[in-house]
Amino acid sequence: MNKNILLAGVGGQGTILASKIIAGVAGRAGLKVKVAEVHGMAQRGGAVVTYLRFGSRVNSPLIAEKEADFLLAFEKLEALRWFKYLKPDGLALVNDQEIYPLPVLTGAASYPDYAAFAAEVNSYLIAAREIAQKLNNPRGINMVLLGLLAQKLDFAEEDWIVEIKNRSGKFAEANIACFQAGYNYGI
Amino acid sequence: MAKLMTGNEAIARGAYEAGVKVGVGYPGTPSTEILENFAKYPGIYAQWSPNEKVALEVGIGAALAGARTIVTMKHVGVNVAADPLLTLSYTGVNAALVLVSADDPGLHSSQNEQDNRYYGKLAKIPVIEPADSEEARQYVKLACELSEQFDTPVILRTTTRIAHTHTLTEEEEPLALELKPYIKNPQKYVMVPGNAKLRHQVVEERRQKLLEYAENTPLNRMEEGMGEIGFITSGISYQYVKEAFPEAPVLKLGLTWPLPEKLIVKFAQKVKTLFVVEELEPYLEEHLRALGLKVVGKEIIPRTGELDHKIVKNAVLKYLGEEVADRSLELNLPPRPPVMCPGCPHRPVFYTLNQLKLTVTGDIGCYTLGVMPPLSAIDTTVCMGAGIGMALGLEKANPEFKGKTVAVIGDSTFLHSGITPLIDMVYNGGTGTILILDNRTTAMTGHQPHPATGKTLMGNPAPQVDFAALARALGVKRVAVVDSFDLKKLKEVIAQEVAAAEVSVVIVQRECALLPNQGKEPLRVIEDNCTGCKSCLKLGCPAIAFRDKKAYIDPLLCNGCGVCAQVCKFSAIVKGGDSHE
Repeated sequence: MNKNILLAGVGGQGTILASKIIAGVAGRAGLKVKVAEVHGMAQRGGAVVTYLRFGSRVNSPLIAEKEADFLLAFEKLEALRWFKYLKPDGLALVNDQEIYPLPVLTGAASYPDYAAFAAEVNSYLIAAREIAQKLNNPRGINMVLLGLLAQKLDFAEEDWIVEIKNRSGKFAEANIACFQAGYNYGI
Repeated sequence: MAKLMTGNEAIARGAYEAGVKVGVGYPGTPSTEILENFAKYPGIYAQWSPNEKVALEVGIGAALAGARTIVTMKHVGVNVAADPLLTLSYTGVNAALVLVSADDPGLHSSQNEQDNRYYGKLAKIPVIEPADSEEARQYVKLACELSEQFDTPVILRTTTRIAHTHTLTEEEEPLALELKPYIKNPQKYVMVPGNAKLRHQVVEERRQKLLEYAENTPLNRMEEGMGEIGFITSGISYQYVKEAFPEAPVLKLGLTWPLPEKLIVKFAQKVKTLFVVEELEPYLEEHLRALGLKVVGKEIIPRTGELDHKIVKNAVLKYLGEEVADRSLELNLPPRPPVMCPGCPHRPVFYTLNQLKLTVTGDIGCYTLGVMPPLSAIDTTVCMGAGIGMALGLEKANPEFKGKTVAVIGDSTFLHSGITPLIDMVYNGGTGTILILDNRTTAMTGHQPHPATGKTLMGNPAPQVDFAALARALGVKRVAVVDSFDLKKLKEVIAQEVAAAEVSVVIVQRECALLPNQGKEPLRVIEDNCTGCKSCLKLGCPAIAFRDKKAYIDPLLCNGCGVCAQVCKFSAIVKGGDSHE
């Protein structure tokens, strides 16, 4: 099972934890894994992306245009930015949240019309933020998206739960609840 | 069982396993996590130094004392450490000294994208380039052996995609090493001209021996393949080549100074067309051309920015005459540049500097974001510590800059290289104003302690540098301390000090918003009071938006710093409540 997964969002949204969990699950299955992330200045509220690849052989840690099987987007504008990286049959799982970048906040630019662009790719818009809030875990957006992704991959649900538990510390229970809400969402 | 480690974690692990006892560095993306991880291993000593030059000098001392030593920094840090490095090449080491240079092609978090492989050639010291985390771990050990075998420092050069990519990595038991004895040897360690002349000959002899070593070392690997095209490559570029052309023969160079000339020629003879694939400069290519080889390199491979497998594949296929799809057009989407966090203590400073219309010579840190609109307050940023010297240069060349210029520098950056230019300004009769933005941490790289925080890398308490007392001791008579969140006072103090006809140091204090316990109750907008004047938007705070002709504060983002409430002339921003609805 060779997969290329992009996780895109805004610095501080929890993309890195999500990528570590996917990598952990793939690693348990004996697959080769590479996860490339960005640190430093870009993390200060800027656009961030993590590239995750697993399979029998992985060389490049990066994913180029039209190579991603999945895009996990934590924010709608960031989803738009990376749509062109999806394979023709790739799937975008998008958190239905708008975080205005500074040029939009100051009125120098306007927030794009998501629906107009999204019509051209396979994409699901999910109210992951609301689902996480209802479960009293407002930072659990990443776990809801992971649940949706897990449903589309061939790893056992228990493997995901173990990895989430191992990496969530005191938020383990809350994160598992969010993951399961995504897993059982039904898309 | 193999574990997922970043290159940085793997280098730390490799150092521990190689019996490295001392780790020294200065934080800098993408190198920072090496030392942070190394510090967690038992039986070692690790420290942050105030800058890379000092770090390397501490490292030299440690290696001479007989301990295997690792010194870590980002690419531009090696410029700071270049002075000791080039003479360390002459003295040699006692126990191993490995200098990690973490380069940043693509400038993810840097001011330039220099290619530090040239330092190997310049200093005549080996350069080793791993291509993933497992190699990084193993190569640290090899680097230690090489360092001791040839009595030379060794550069381990990584790039962002090696440093910050998790790949599967093995673990082994650490070596138990005794300290090597220190033997006093002024001919070797005191570089007066008479001694250095002789040592330069030793360096040349070493270079010859290293050339022989390069031909046979397992660091360089010829991979057989099929087809008429072949590749010479190193580091992350190797992975891009293997992804793009998995069947092609490859000469993978793990040692990129000195180069194995015979091995290269032998490989070149096997293929019809030889491509050299490397990020940034044509470092390998120049050498191959000097050997008289016909190669295809930078005429098709970009010399700026990062590569990836698709760039490599398309460039090569196009050269071979095949059709290649162009990259698709960029959508016209608003960019999302990094911004100062909500509650960032730097924001009110740049808001004030913008209002006062001053010329601002900036520096390196989160506060460099003060250049972004709407704050738009910074005129220059060159390197760590540059702003103070540049402010002096401005007024020496053109007295009109007097009374209109401030140099802005962070606490960690000031300790790194702001003190000497401040001495210069006092000594040479400057009149500039220096703002030390003291947020009590090295914020940009992820909150490392420094000599004014009262803590060390290993978590021990330490004396704290007193910036005010230090400035006075350097001869600064006008020293002020002000709270960054007191907007009125901040403006008064800056205006007054800039006008003064002598050097002023203003210490602007307030902890980084990301340090523990900095958040307060979020603010809210009283809609009836908001006139939609947009004054608060001039702060460029990501928590403040403009909706339906009124300001709106996102309660999930706001951290309650209260600066916007001071900017609002209509008392429309108040504490309390979780939203304006």
